[in-house]
Amino acid sequence: MTEFDAKRRQWLKVSAATAGTAAVARQMTGEAQAAPRDVPAPFATPVYVNVQLRVNGADHQLLRLDSRTTLLDALRERLHLTGSKKGCDQGQCGACTVIVDGRRVTSCLTLAVMQEGHEITTIEGLGTPRNLHPMQAAFVKHDGYQCGFCTPGQICSAVAMLDEMKAGMPSHVTADLTKHAVASAAEFRERMSGNLCRCGAYSNIQEAIAEVAGAKR
Amino acid sequence: MKPFTYEKATSPAEAAAAAARNKGAKFVAGGTNLLDLMKLQIETPAHLIDINDLKLDRIETTANGELRIGALVRNTDLAAHGSVRQDYGVLSRALLAGASGQLRNQATTAGNLLQRTRCSYFYDTNQPCNKRNPGSGCGALGGVSRQHAIIGVSDACIATHPSDMAVAMRVLDAMVDTVRPDGTTRTIPIADFHTLPGTTPHIENALAPGELIVAVTLPRPAGGVHVYRKVRDRASYAFALVSVAVIVQPDGTGRVALGGVAHKPWRVEAAERAMARGAKGVVSVLLADARTTADNAFKVPLVERALASVLSEAKG
Repeated sequence: MTEFDAKRRQWLKVSAATAGTAAVARQMTGEAQAAPRDVPAPFATPVYVNVQLRVNGADHQLLRLDSRTTLLDALRERLHLTGSKKGCDQGQCGACTVIVDGRRVTSCLTLAVMQEGHEITTIEGLGTPRNLHPMQAAFVKHDGYQCGFCTPGQICSAVAMLDEMKAGMPSHVTADLTKHAVASAAEFRERMSGNLCRCGAYSNIQEAIAEVAGAKR
Repeated sequence: MKPFTYEKATSPAEAAAAAARNKGAKFVAGGTNLLDLMKLQIETPAHLIDINDLKLDRIETTANGELRIGALVRNTDLAAHGSVRQDYGVLSRALLAGASGQLRNQATTAGNLLQRTRCSYFYDTNQPCNKRNPGSGCGALGGVSRQHAIIGVSDACIATHPSDMAVAMRVLDAMVDTVRPDGTTRTIPIADFHTLPGTTPHIENALAPGELIVAVTLPRPAGGVHVYRKVRDRASYAFALVSVAVIVQPDGTGRVALGGVAHKPWRVEAAERAMARGAKGVVSVLLADARTTADNAFKVPLVERALASVLSEAKG
């Protein structure tokens, strides 16, 4: 028996003796089978919390939520709001973008438990198939997608981005920091750089955004 | 991600005390760097202290004319603040050159200072890394090191500090205000805040265990022309290969700090005596002790050219 096997067997024994429910035991066995690390994993059981989330205008009580649950996973797996997508799960692709208190954020990089008391809007809350948000309608009109996976994040990001422009927030390409940024293709491209599209529908996405920005002016 | 217990702190002193009480505790604010590292099990806090309710989200001008920036001010708000855009343009520019719109909405002032390196060997848990796993070696030395540090490096670590904001704060002589678990406060000059790797690359700053940043204070406006130039592989949303922050006065004197070249924002005040005479003289002092690899030797001339370009832009 290798040293690792011995440690693992001992660890599983401890787990089985301590685990309260079948679900917990399953999870722990799963963890023990994960790739070995340099240092043996510390013995730890999941921590459960009750979280109240306000999403698209409705309150949801999430009971016994693992404290590790990201806002994205809570939206998708507990509330079944599967519009927000898990692309990279590292905040790099923007597919999980939702709007929290009016601001776009990557929902994969915040915990559900940290979002109590905040107003969350997902793509499902922006519009419905019969009553599209203007940005959704513009994406349809300009064919701003191919596979559609990044689209909910693109749309949530674009909606909040235009609000940022309206509020006078500068960007990297704003020429004069002391003046209100002027809507332009260069501004939209820079401000949307946190949303990747592997299909490369960028030019049509830009046209959709430009149209909505024009309609708002 | 490893399991953790969670609490919301209600005052800075209480948060610092809670950190001292709970072994393996971490503060979480924006979470954009910490959660990423927790998913990879590079960070494995046993306890998270959520500090978002500490009301440290204000920007105020003090009686002395300094600008006091709360630790929880989001990067978006700091970049867009009227006083920052007017009097500390280099800071606004540095912030806007970093990350994406989404991340800047989440990331905080203190968290930005405390973000960890993006060295790919630090991120890959199959690789040796003295920063992640002290004593295991350095994969970057002798590895692919195009992004890595060229100055202040050691045989243990050639990682860079990834922040743009911190480079601007270094050129602005910012002060970091903290509270310790025993309730006492102190102010750390930004020059002394980040550390060089030496033989202990896992130590990245001057904070003691449990010590919490409550604000960053900028001295009264220095005047001059502010420029932040970031050279990177993409036009947006990429870390710096090198970045140059300058404040240039009408007589040609000024200050310069570099990003993307060291384990901390890099500034050598003695190099600034040559400012009025151009980039070459400044860089010969600034990077006098550079120790490059075959992959990143290009950063030395790149710094010089970026600085020359920035100084010419500053002249108008």
